[in-house]
Amino acid sequence: MKFRHVLLNLCIAVFAVSCSTDDNNDTPIINEIEGLLKIQEISNATHTIEIFNTAGDFKTGYNNVSIRIKDNATSNYIKNATLSWMPMMQMPTMQHSCPKSEIAKTIGKETVYEGFIIYQMTNTDGSGWSLTVNYAIDGTDYTATDDIVVLQSEKQNTTSFMGSDNNRYIIAMIEPNNPKIAINNLKVGLFKMESMMTFPVVENYTITLDPRMPGMGNHSSPNNTDLSYNDEDYMYYGDLSLTMTGYWVLNLKLINDQDAILKGEDVTETNEKSSLYLELEF
Amino acid sequence: MKKFIIYNISLLFSGFIVGQEAVINKKDTTKLDKVIVLGQRKLSNYRQEKTLSSIDDYLEKANKVTMIKRGNYAWEPTINNMNSDRLNVTIDGMQIFGACTDKMDPITSYVDVSNLEKVSVGSGQTGTENGHCLGGGIDLKLPVSKYFESGLKTSIDLGYETNGNYKTGGLDMEYSSHAFYINADGIFRKSDNYEAGNSQEILYSQFQKYNISLQTGFKLNENHTMDANVIYDKATDVGYPALPMDVSLAEALITSVTHNYSNDSTFIKTLETKLYFNTITHIMDDSKRPEVPIRMDMPGWSDTYGFYNKATTTINKHKLALNFNGYYNRSLAEMTMYPNDPNQPAMFMYTWPDIRTLYTGIFAKDDVPLNENETLSTSVRFGYHNNKIAKQVGLESLQIFYPEIDDTKSRFLTSIASDYTFKKKTYDVSFGLGYGERAPSVSEGYGFFLFNSFDNYDYIGNPTLNNEKAIEVNAKANFYSTKFHIGIEASYFYIMDYIIGDIDASLSPMTIGANGVRIYKALSNATIFDVYLNSSYKFSKTFAVNGTLGYNYGKGSNNENLPLIKPISYLAEISYNTTKFNAAIQLEGNGNQTNYSNFYGEDETPMYGILNLNLGHVFYTNNSKWVLKYGAENIMDAHYSTYADWNNIPRQGGNFYMNLSIVLP
Repeated sequence: MKFRHVLLNLCIAVFAVSCSTDDNNDTPIINEIEGLLKIQEISNATHTIEIFNTAGDFKTGYNNVSIRIKDNATSNYIKNATLSWMPMMQMPTMQHSCPKSEIAKTIGKETVYEGFIIYQMTNTDGSGWSLTVNYAIDGTDYTATDDIVVLQSEKQNTTSFMGSDNNRYIIAMIEPNNPKIAINNLKVGLFKMESMMTFPVVENYTITLDPRMPGMGNHSSPNNTDLSYNDEDYMYYGDLSLTMTGYWVLNLKLINDQDAILKGEDVTETNEKSSLYLELEF
Repeated sequence: MKKFIIYNISLLFSGFIVGQEAVINKKDTTKLDKVIVLGQRKLSNYRQEKTLSSIDDYLEKANKVTMIKRGNYAWEPTINNMNSDRLNVTIDGMQIFGACTDKMDPITSYVDVSNLEKVSVGSGQTGTENGHCLGGGIDLKLPVSKYFESGLKTSIDLGYETNGNYKTGGLDMEYSSHAFYINADGIFRKSDNYEAGNSQEILYSQFQKYNISLQTGFKLNENHTMDANVIYDKATDVGYPALPMDVSLAEALITSVTHNYSNDSTFIKTLETKLYFNTITHIMDDSKRPEVPIRMDMPGWSDTYGFYNKATTTINKHKLALNFNGYYNRSLAEMTMYPNDPNQPAMFMYTWPDIRTLYTGIFAKDDVPLNENETLSTSVRFGYHNNKIAKQVGLESLQIFYPEIDDTKSRFLTSIASDYTFKKKTYDVSFGLGYGERAPSVSEGYGFFLFNSFDNYDYIGNPTLNNEKAIEVNAKANFYSTKFHIGIEASYFYIMDYIIGDIDASLSPMTIGANGVRIYKALSNATIFDVYLNSSYKFSKTFAVNGTLGYNYGKGSNNENLPLIKPISYLAEISYNTTKFNAAIQLEGNGNQTNYSNFYGEDETPMYGILNLNLGHVFYTNNSKWVLKYGAENIMDAHYSTYADWNNIPRQGGNFYMNLSIVLP
């Protein structure tokens, strides 16, 4: 069985190679979803929406999501769609959405579209969330919706909190993906919960950073920088130095553009942890 | 860099070739005598108080040498109040570097007296024959080839000490013919916890080790000999009472092959070429400690490959010695900590992030008698020293502190020394000047959160350090009469860019309970001064007294006292010696450590004095020789510690010992 697979793949490969060498004008067939794992498909009568990320699962926190739309009739992937989406959490008495980006064509690809969703919470069994994808092809609107599974991340990579200004905020760690013993580039998204459905980016605040290792005397590390807003990609950036592997708590304080602290406290002898923090383990 | 190595290697071989050529030059056939400043003494010649004393014990008897003690094993030698970073310690000219980030394994701990013939100690720039140093050099010499045609010779050594129930056993077998010899020896040492004065048991002071060595040689012809030497040393279960961790394994394999050429009728009188390799594994752990803030493992490895090529020749009255040498060392150490919360993963870091050191250099020394009474001796050493951080993780972790650094750093090192001696029958004086440089050690340059329990700080290495440089002045004078001798010797060091840890209050210590973090920085200068007064008086051929008084001083440009500077010290001895019996009683002590360095974690160590007694007998039977040494140390059972005892760990209380050596033909 496996051998046949290999043989088949080999044949395809040989065929593909011979194709491209025979005809120089033909663009080579590249696998547009290389390195991505399929999370789920959402179908309607006409199309199948394929959803991917690198892990193959949705988890709480930041999820970079890739999408392809397959025409059920022709099995071709749509290259000219415009998309939007709406993740929704069904609670016993109400429902709410979460921070998310626009969806745009992935640079350098023809059939793959990309965006992110930040799930701030989930049920313990991963249930409760659904995802609606609205898209238009050649002026015709379509929609597809289905329940999705969002698993709880082991570490707190996102948190939703009430600021002292009585606004609710969501903060999520986006990078580093693969933390290392070095000065890491820390990238964080900050959103305000304006309503149950709208979560605009918060601009020009400051987030102070104090990483600590609670397993080892709660020591810190040198040469960290506070996070500041970047108006090119609407994210916050800072330097995070990690002096060893293990479990780190990134203690944060959120400061608005009037220098008022909205959430978080300094870490001191008596206060081991800020009330606003993210976690990281490697 | 590569060019430089190739250049030196070709020099090595060209030297070899020159040696092979029989250039006839029959001007002077006297061979170059070794000039040893601090002294050179044959080991295991049964003249020591204890035949089986460790190298540590032996070294400690030299005037300018002090051993820093972290327990009962593996003491760290200092010369002129400078520790291993500022010394060059070699085994028969071979570079070898400890694998412990906390200096728990000085090189002297990987050899035993049974391996060695003698130890030569050079103070200051006279110690640069094998490498760069500021404080001095120690070369632990392996036995020279012996083609005695004496057949098989066996000797057995047994020792016991009451304090710590310390047992030693050794066996040495030697066979030599006119063109071949082989020597095999093994020694085993085991001690339980020792007791300080007043029967206070010092927990975690036990140790156990064995050492075996094999040396063999062939005489190829009158002028050429080949030697091979292997030493394997393994210590297990070594406690370090002054430190928070112990050592479960300290293992060294030290190997070399040597070619010797000697010919009195050629231009090159002697030429010695050695290729060597040594590897050390050092496993620090805390599994025997019942309570620790956090469990951790700290293994370390050090591998060194090297060569040297030593030549001697004579031109007119000049006795010349040359040494081309080079080595490549890899030092790697890591730390894994296991959080008390089992849900958290282990924490890991490289404490020595795979540092590769390449050194190649040349040493030359010239001894010339100016007239009947005066000699002038001059030496130089030039070297190229390169460090590379081989692990990307290591580079990136150091870049947390030094974002600008590169993975490599090269240095050129220079050492120059000159010594003038004026010698008459009843007195001699000598005067020396020197300038030397050294590169920072791996810990000073690249250490990552190395906890120092002495001052309770975490240390971070600094790859941007400059070479440390010293200007040295020393003087010596001796006066002799038939019965009386008095001598004085003094050294003064003015050290520039003196490397020492500097508190960085902005950094948070990693080690639980540490006071803070120190970064290795350089003081603009520091001065170290020491002076020793030696005297002896012979009442008769057999009966003598001798005494030594020492004073040391060290201060940095920040006006702080330097750490680990010896206070006033004294030694007085009355001895009785005949060929078959010897006895001596010693009084040894230090004054109050008034110039202690609070800034670098020291407290004032009070004065102490201890009394030792040693006795020795030699017996001959028909075909064997028996040497019995016995005595008592710290007879008054004083409870004391010295300035060189890490964290004031008290030294041994009263101890009775007995060593028996049997030499069979």
